[in-house]
Amino acid sequence: MNELSPGKNIVLVGNPNVGKSVVFNYLTGRYVDVANFPGTTTNVICGRFGCDAVTDTPGIYGISSFNEEEKIARDIVLHGDILVNIVDAVHLERDLFLTQQLIDTGIPVLVVLNMIDEAEQHGLKVDIKVLQELLGVPVIATSAVSGRGMPQLKEAIYQARVGRVLPQVQEKIGELPDQVPRPDKLLILEGDQYVAGKYKLIARNYRDEIYGARRRWVNELVAMSVRETGRGQALGAALGRWMIQPVTGIPLLIFTLWAIYQLVGVFVAQTVVGFTEETIMVQYFQPLARYLAGHLVAPESAVGKILVGQFGVVTMTVTYLLGLLFPLVLGFNLVLAVLEDTGYLPRIATLLDRMLMVFGLNGQAVIPLVLGFGCVTMALMSTRLLGSVRERRIATIILALTVPCSAQLAIIATMLAGLGPGYAVIYGLIILSVFISGGVLLDKFVPGKSSSLWIDLPPLRLPRLQNVLQKSWHKSKEFILEATPLFALGALALGLLDVSGALEAIENALIPLTVNWLGLPKEAASGFIMGVIRREFGTAGLFSFPMSDLQKLVALTTITLFVPCVASAMVIFKEWGWREGSLIWLGVIFMAFLVGGTVNQLLHLFISIPHTSPLTMLAGVIILWLVLILGLSWLKPAHDK
Amino acid sequence: MTLDKCKKGQKIKIMNIPNEIIRSQAIRFGISEGAVVTCEEVVPAGPVVVGMYKQQIAIGRNLAKSISVELIN
Repeated sequence: MNELSPGKNIVLVGNPNVGKSVVFNYLTGRYVDVANFPGTTTNVICGRFGCDAVTDTPGIYGISSFNEEEKIARDIVLHGDILVNIVDAVHLERDLFLTQQLIDTGIPVLVVLNMIDEAEQHGLKVDIKVLQELLGVPVIATSAVSGRGMPQLKEAIYQARVGRVLPQVQEKIGELPDQVPRPDKLLILEGDQYVAGKYKLIARNYRDEIYGARRRWVNELVAMSVRETGRGQALGAALGRWMIQPVTGIPLLIFTLWAIYQLVGVFVAQTVVGFTEETIMVQYFQPLARYLAGHLVAPESAVGKILVGQFGVVTMTVTYLLGLLFPLVLGFNLVLAVLEDTGYLPRIATLLDRMLMVFGLNGQAVIPLVLGFGCVTMALMSTRLLGSVRERRIATIILALTVPCSAQLAIIATMLAGLGPGYAVIYGLIILSVFISGGVLLDKFVPGKSSSLWIDLPPLRLPRLQNVLQKSWHKSKEFILEATPLFALGALALGLLDVSGALEAIENALIPLTVNWLGLPKEAASGFIMGVIRREFGTAGLFSFPMSDLQKLVALTTITLFVPCVASAMVIFKEWGWREGSLIWLGVIFMAFLVGGTVNQLLHLFISIPHTSPLTMLAGVIILWLVLILGLSWLKPAHDK
Repeated sequence: MTLDKCKKGQKIKIMNIPNEIIRSQAIRFGISEGAVVTCEEVVPAGPVVVGMYKQQIAIGRNLAKSISVELIN
């Protein structure tokens, strides 16, 4: 084969959490993000294996047009030359359904029976010879994470064969015209409107019939090839049960959140950042940068200020990115990686399903909301896994408005730690009430229907240290690489505004908003301007001038609710178009200032009343408001869909 | 009866899933009409978790209300 020939197109297909990404990594040597719940690998990843192309697909249960991932996977599969189907040996009844569908496309298939060691622990014995015979394609047993069977995989790829197609499919395939490619014929028979439309044909309605026949065949396959040698106890079956029952699940969730706070909010945000930012950056790096820059330009000149001044491109960018953000982002990504890999997230979704119904969402919305605490941009993309446009709209607005990303959250945590527990509680109450009222009101006013929860609970697993470390390191590195130019540009823009006197003009112009309405020092305007560039950047900017404790509370509230960063705003525009995107964006800014200002005005009102604590009064008002808004949601008849 | 009425530990037979998309998705998981599943967990006012073979699926309360099942003893 010469270099010009494109080679074969090898496609990896499988259900979620079967180890596709590990196989991909093994074949191509490229690192891929792996996660333990449906919907994370939405981007298509390609690599090379010899002179052939390898494409990874999102985890799916079948190829059809039921959701975004399936559509992507379907299109890749239809153009594949060899399908490498990775199946989970523990869940053959489920996984072989997809296998048979792939075989029915008429494309050569190789089945990789992964997690064979786990199946053995469960007391399952798979007869590979029988399975091979019945499917008509080669089957190899592997354990991708431990490397068992992997060397054979590389050779076995080219032994992929066209398997035994279901008789019901074989019989009907002749109904379709010859010019339609064989794989596409299957989907047209299964009623796929989109594929049928490509050939100006009408989709057949054999889906129920073919699916039924396939299900019966797969059940027979399993009955003939799998022997249960004894019932093994699944790891953490009891724990899995406790996680979804409210009585035990809610304390467990609270404990988990507390542990995360201790790790990230206390240990990383205070101890680690104290060292990296205060010691390394402020004590050593900044004076060094100023000293070196002093050889080239006068520190007090305009260029000097832009390079190493208060908003210096060199000093501010490096200090914030490496001293402050990198440790924080790494800490959060570690936590998220552990949550994802253990299989806890789908269980949180089940636990909170009832609660999220108040917002017109189902439990699955927990996944984007939790991811939002890592990175809102990523979370906005993962809203695609929600069942309907209505749910995506609600989740997007709640994410944009109330969920602070890891970097911002950590700075907030640091600032709150300095204010004391009373303030932290009030801050939490404010954000929670915006979250709840936002959800309840959106549920009332956003038109359409929400879908019900339908989620696969993967087995609980102890995460592999190497995988967790690799994944969080990779994500954090990517974050820093992506953020660096934005930060540098932002610092440059601010430096230029500062030196030219424009910053002061803007600060003065915004006095009615910042000073009169929010009750903050006029310098807060620069924090908000920075906040547009990156949220945490703006939050960090609030550290640079003195404020009273009450002012800090108002500032934190406003900046938490304030616009998402440039990157997430871009995702909103991309997903919702310019018109609705701008509406969401402006609406969020308006709400941030409305809530922040209301808090400030209320606090001022309460201060003027003698013998009361303004914080307690504010808490009272918020709780009253929550009762009112929840009352509103109960007045509405429950969904009966 | 409907799926939301079942109790933990009961073995049930799925009789009818009215929603076409859900029916197709269920069949992929191994839950076809006529399949026997175990009710593994019922979250109060929340989802019903059904299990078959070695896997578990959480089904939202409203969806569970629409799925008719028969008790097997």
